[in-house]
Amino acid sequence: MEKQRGNSGEAARVRLSDGSKDNVCMPSQTSSYFEHDADIGIIGRGDTLEQAFETAAQAVFGIVTPLDKVQPQTSVKIEFEESDHELALVTWLNLLLGKARELGMVFSRFHVQRRENVWSTEALGEKWREVMERGVEVKGATLTMLSVKQTGAMWEVRCIVDV
Amino acid sequence: MNLERLRQLQPCLWTLPRAPGEERAQVLLYGSAPLLVSMDDKVLEQIANVASLPGLVGAAMTMPDAHWGYGFPIGGVAAFDAEQGGVISAGGVGFDISCGIRCLRSNLNLEDAVEHFPQLGKALFRAIPAGVGEEGEIKLNPEQLDQVMHGGAHWAVQQGYGTPADLDYVEEQGRVAGAIPENVSELAKKRQRGEMGTLGSGNHYLEVQVVDRIFDPGVALALGLHEGQILISIHCGSRGLGHQIGTDYLVLLAKAASRSGIHLPDRELACAPVKSPEGQQYIGAMNAAINCALANRQILTHLTRSVFTEIYPQAELETLFDVSHNTCKAETHQIDGESRLLYVHRKGATRAFGPGHPMLPERYRQVGQPVVIGGSMGTGSYILVGDSENPAFASSSHGAGRAMSRHQALARWKGRALVDELAQQGILIHTRSMRGVAEEAPGAYKDVDLVAEATEEAGLARRVAFLRPKVCVKG
Repeated sequence: MEKQRGNSGEAARVRLSDGSKDNVCMPSQTSSYFEHDADIGIIGRGDTLEQAFETAAQAVFGIVTPLDKVQPQTSVKIEFEESDHELALVTWLNLLLGKARELGMVFSRFHVQRRENVWSTEALGEKWREVMERGVEVKGATLTMLSVKQTGAMWEVRCIVDV
Repeated sequence: MNLERLRQLQPCLWTLPRAPGEERAQVLLYGSAPLLVSMDDKVLEQIANVASLPGLVGAAMTMPDAHWGYGFPIGGVAAFDAEQGGVISAGGVGFDISCGIRCLRSNLNLEDAVEHFPQLGKALFRAIPAGVGEEGEIKLNPEQLDQVMHGGAHWAVQQGYGTPADLDYVEEQGRVAGAIPENVSELAKKRQRGEMGTLGSGNHYLEVQVVDRIFDPGVALALGLHEGQILISIHCGSRGLGHQIGTDYLVLLAKAASRSGIHLPDRELACAPVKSPEGQQYIGAMNAAINCALANRQILTHLTRSVFTEIYPQAELETLFDVSHNTCKAETHQIDGESRLLYVHRKGATRAFGPGHPMLPERYRQVGQPVVIGGSMGTGSYILVGDSENPAFASSSHGAGRAMSRHQALARWKGRALVDELAQQGILIHTRSMRGVAEEAPGAYKDVDLVAEATEEAGLARRVAFLRPKVCVKG
């Protein structure tokens, strides 16, 4: 199996810029949750694999705070390499969580592009403000109940996140 | 959980018989029938998976508070022998490495303190950064963070956060050996820079409690406990650093397992032979996170003391104990009369050395290691001590254990209403997250009394005192 490059955070390339709304997925209705005793199962769905990844990220950050209150002011770009789609999902969600914590931000909008094994992603959000409603911290995305599958024309991705 | 799948060995001990052709070690489940019935079948599936890992010694076990986790169940205990190909598993430790409880013993009694609880709650809430997105006052540069990862609670005391006497009552005397900060990713280090001295979120809390009932007066005396006494429990872990180490190594070890020819029935079991380069790399990083958690709880102890002495000038808070419940530790255990070094994973399980263990501080050596079973904010918690006959590699329950999912809890309770309801019961809740309060509703947890009774019945630890919550800062 190919060595995963993004998981340590060292190979992931991250760039900050002023907020740009171009080519960024608006919040959709296709993220949802499933039951787990201690933690939370997240589901992302979309017409493409990339869109399903985007909605999965919305599901994750929707646990942290209501996303409609988060202004997409600052863009963070994250690039990583991963051939395994399931591991790519976990890697991406965890890179997002890591960057959000490092920068003191919360993200609400996401964009994913993939060229073979290289994933070029963007997250838009802002720094925490006192008026933002606090949800629950997500510690990380896990490999449990991890799946990436295409059913008909729809992609669905899911995993358990540790809260 | 369907008990028909199990065979009862003792009133609080069950085993899962192997199916024909199934190759795995023994599975043992500690707990009473009502507790096991309330567990999800996934607990069985997960602990059976653990029992299939190489180098397991004895049985893979679950504690009475077990519930469905990721990879290992929460409340899972498994010991591996490196000399027999035993593994170290990131999934067996969890994301919040060295999450645990620091318990402080005060010289205050309820009748002296209760009048100022509203003031105390507000002051603690101001002083203790809690909840998602909250940062602490302490900002560390990379060099200082390396010192934390090596020094643990010792580092914190050297910086003025607490006293040397605290360290006597912290596992490993406040610092584990073998931390290798170089094995910790830059992202993990960056995540931690603003998070020293923070409580976190989810089920983390700082709780002011009163000793409501004593079960064992002799042991209580040794622990310095009496009815009506005020205690403080601080439940938190290694914060962003530990979370990121868990994240980083989960994927790395999942791939390492594949390379080592280890079949993982669940990728989350992510593990590598202890002696492999990847296994050693994880152990070095995990130990760095353990020290970070010990330092974090030491800082929170200091902040708590500052608030108490501001509200109650006569207050003295001593560390009763500090135990972790998400770790893997190298320990020597007697197996068939032979001393063997084992890597004991306790994920949502507390170490509970029995009386006489040489690693216990002198004060507790005759009575055993203090253990806490943290309950919900509306019910209470137990202090126990390790049982000399503990059959589970000196492990015990760590909490009440969830009885329903967070989603179910959110659908059933509203945070604001719960806070008001608990206030009427004399329990003051301070939080930035009403969602978090609803998810942590007392009704979402198992009956902590049943867990403590089963823990004692199973010979894991003996009850000493029951603590009732009075003021709670929720993460």
